[in-house]
Amino acid sequence: MADVASSARGDLKLSNITKSYGDFTAVNNLSLVIPEGSFFALLGPSGCGKTTTLRMIAGLEEPTKGTIHLGSTDITDTKPYQRPINTVFQNYALFPHLSIFENIAFGLRRRGIKDVDDAVNKALELVELPHLAQRKPTQLSGGQQQRIALARAIVNRPALLLLDEPLGALDLKLRRQMQIELKWIQKEVGITFVHVTHDQEEAMTMADTIAVMNEGEIEQMGSPAELYDNPKTAFVANFLGQSNLIKGSITGSDGNNQIVDLFGQKISMQKDRSHAVDNSILAGIRPEKFRISRLETSTSGNVLTGGKVEDVSYIGVSTQYQVLMPWGQELMVFEQNDDGVAPFSVGESVNISWEPIFTFALRGDDDAEAGTEVSPDEDLDEE
Amino acid sequence: MSSLSRWFGRNLLRIYAVIAFTYLFIPVAYTFAFSFNDSAKSNLIWKGFTFANWQNPCGAPDVCGALGNSIKIGLLATTFATILGTMIAFALGRHKFRGRSTTNLLIFLPMATPEIVLGASLLSLFLVFKINPGFWPTVIAHVLFCVSFVVVTVKARIASLDPRLEQAAMDLYANEVETFRRVTLPLVAPGIAAAALLAFSLSFDDFIITNFNSGTMNTFPKFIYVSAARGIPAQANVIGSAMFILALSIVIIGQFVGRKRKVS
Amino acid sequence: MKKISTPYLLLIPGMGFLFIFFLLPIFNLAQTSTQTPKGGGDTGQYIQTWRFANYVDAFVANREQFYRSFIYAIIATILALLIAYPLAYAIAFKAGKLKNVMLVLVVAPFFVSFLLRTIAWRQILGEQGFVVPTLRSLHIISSSTTLTSTATAVIAGMTYNFLPFMTLPLYASIDRIDPRTLEASGDLYANAFTTFRKVTLPLSMPGVVAGTLLTFIPAAGDYVNASILGSPQTKMLGNVIESRYFKIVDYPTAAALSFTLMAAILVLVMVYVRKAGTEELV
Repeated sequence: MADVASSARGDLKLSNITKSYGDFTAVNNLSLVIPEGSFFALLGPSGCGKTTTLRMIAGLEEPTKGTIHLGSTDITDTKPYQRPINTVFQNYALFPHLSIFENIAFGLRRRGIKDVDDAVNKALELVELPHLAQRKPTQLSGGQQQRIALARAIVNRPALLLLDEPLGALDLKLRRQMQIELKWIQKEVGITFVHVTHDQEEAMTMADTIAVMNEGEIEQMGSPAELYDNPKTAFVANFLGQSNLIKGSITGSDGNNQIVDLFGQKISMQKDRSHAVDNSILAGIRPEKFRISRLETSTSGNVLTGGKVEDVSYIGVSTQYQVLMPWGQELMVFEQNDDGVAPFSVGESVNISWEPIFTFALRGDDDAEAGTEVSPDEDLDEE
Repeated sequence: MSSLSRWFGRNLLRIYAVIAFTYLFIPVAYTFAFSFNDSAKSNLIWKGFTFANWQNPCGAPDVCGALGNSIKIGLLATTFATILGTMIAFALGRHKFRGRSTTNLLIFLPMATPEIVLGASLLSLFLVFKINPGFWPTVIAHVLFCVSFVVVTVKARIASLDPRLEQAAMDLYANEVETFRRVTLPLVAPGIAAAALLAFSLSFDDFIITNFNSGTMNTFPKFIYVSAARGIPAQANVIGSAMFILALSIVIIGQFVGRKRKVS
Repeated sequence: MKKISTPYLLLIPGMGFLFIFFLLPIFNLAQTSTQTPKGGGDTGQYIQTWRFANYVDAFVANREQFYRSFIYAIIATILALLIAYPLAYAIAFKAGKLKNVMLVLVVAPFFVSFLLRTIAWRQILGEQGFVVPTLRSLHIISSSTTLTSTATAVIAGMTYNFLPFMTLPLYASIDRIDPRTLEASGDLYANAFTTFRKVTLPLSMPGVVAGTLLTFIPAAGDYVNASILGSPQTKMLGNVIESRYFKIVDYPTAAALSFTLMAAILVLVMVYVRKAGTEELV
């Protein structure tokens, strides 16, 4: 059984995976397929179950219910050391009493490989740290430790590489650099990467496919563009980037489009971008799709009038506006500062317009605040 | 405020520390000084300086016999206490089981019991079973009071061990036995070593419990206590000073090794 | 970490040892404490009579030594605390690179057998030492006062011998205090004394509790200091118990006294710990 498991290859399939701790359910009936060779991200706020799911794939936690298959092999009941899966831990977990060389060689030696020099040196070159082979982990910086943790996992050529928020402890610039490097390494080596993170920008930058998790379940899964352009739930709409969600109802139809009433103002949107189940909807538009204009300027597409500028934030690249609409809601507008036009000032009366194709619609009973309470600096030890 | 009193105020603690350390070392200095005393038997009054005692530390009757017993008992007690205590520490530190708080309490009690009660009760037990006090009863007594300290020391070390290191080892194809051998044990080893050192020092210096359970067998502290009335021979001072220098050297070397490892 | 049998396998040797050589002896001691001497000559022979009056007898006969043990122990503990606290504070905050060296220096005197150290004090404080003649020539004490064979010497010896037990836990606790909380206190208008009272002391309480327990418990049962540095007038309970075992063979009384000592210590400790509010002792 162990030998079969350790040579398994293929797509990773989680079927009806549930993990409960007493009364608390961390992962609830989760099913997904991760295609071989892809860069897959599990994205969600702390406590959503993403790390628990990752640990179940690694074998460090046992599912309460459900099965895990790697290709055609059932690995649900196998131990971590029997699975061809390696993990890059959040705090790197480098063995402090071993040299960098021995850290990387650890997995190879446990599998009985005698001649490790070649593989270890290649791994060190891949992460561009060949000169650190004889140092100890405590002598390395955070960024270097992170890369060694990666080398230690990759050198074993696993079927699956799991990354548990590996970039969380790095500063912004280093994080950006590592994101690009990880993506490059994944393409080079061709191994399936499963990356767990709460940082939506990171997920969108690196992953081919993202699964957005919330409270133990997958809210939506797809490519970054799919999730961003056409979110299915308020949580996804708010967690990935920012959204304006306006309550409204479908009042009519016009070919492929439907007419929507938003507090007395009428707009048009595509029928197939609506996930509502009845006539009551939350109309969603991303702030950068909005165009803000003075009352006398002509507009095209959907228009909402009666707005009053409440707040102006100049951020160099863009200016962000909060516009108070007649029905009491503040809408967010991001304008690129690309034409030298003087920004609007607080108190001005404005119109908001946008191209109808950018509108998406969510269920009317969805919580418009879902996914907005995420704090940027998450506790790394959560879940 | 004058600059002198300001200097005084700022350095008050440092001055105090110097005074306190001097106070701590007065008897040590005295013991060391009197090891050079040129006196035949009674080492109470200074008679003159001599190296003779250092050249012949076993000169006084029974000194080295007592010392030998202390060392033998120390090594035996340390070995057993360290093994038993480490096992308990791992059970407490790495596993969940029923009766955990009872176990904790039972470990704590010997540390909270006055030595005289430990010694006396053990003697009573030996008497009931008609075992004469002597070498092995003393070893048993020493293991008894050392085990708890070993448990506490090793448990603290285990608690500071990141469990994710063991998970990483298993993730990298090491099974439970290999994980323990290659990751857990090397990382806990310093704690076990510290516990062993602690156990040996506690055992070597013990008097009260030993007094109750050693019968006619002599240990170094017992020898000193008995000779106290007429005056301990200078050779005892020599041995005491030598142990001090030896122990101090071990600790200083240990510090150096630790610091070197960090820098390189 | 799922095997259920492993922890029990690990525990059995050690806990078995403790059971046989700690619990059983204590029970046996309890049994002995209620025995009475068998009449008819042979010392050391007792019959089990469940005579709980032994406790009353033992306590009444040795009331003086009882009180003395606890009073000496309390005084020694307080003195040790007063001496050790500034020292621990100095090591934690003022030592810089010398921190480890200073910690070693605190423990180093321990490497000389404590009997040798106590006897050294007896010599130093005695007629031939340098302390008494100096004090006499400075007229601080009269020419007839001696320092050895006094309660003062016994307490001084106890304080000295238990100083490392007090210093190390204090240091461990004080060292954990983030110096920035002290700075914050100063920023919020507290002077040095107030900062100590309201911030440093409360934060170091776990160390104070641990240190005082580690000092008081052995001190209450000590008899070596009293033996070497004291006189028949300074006899402590430990001396009585020792003599009841080895000189005047009277096991039931010795056993009863041992238990009373242990019980008294436990009661005091529990009251103290509850008031000081710490839970984790091991």
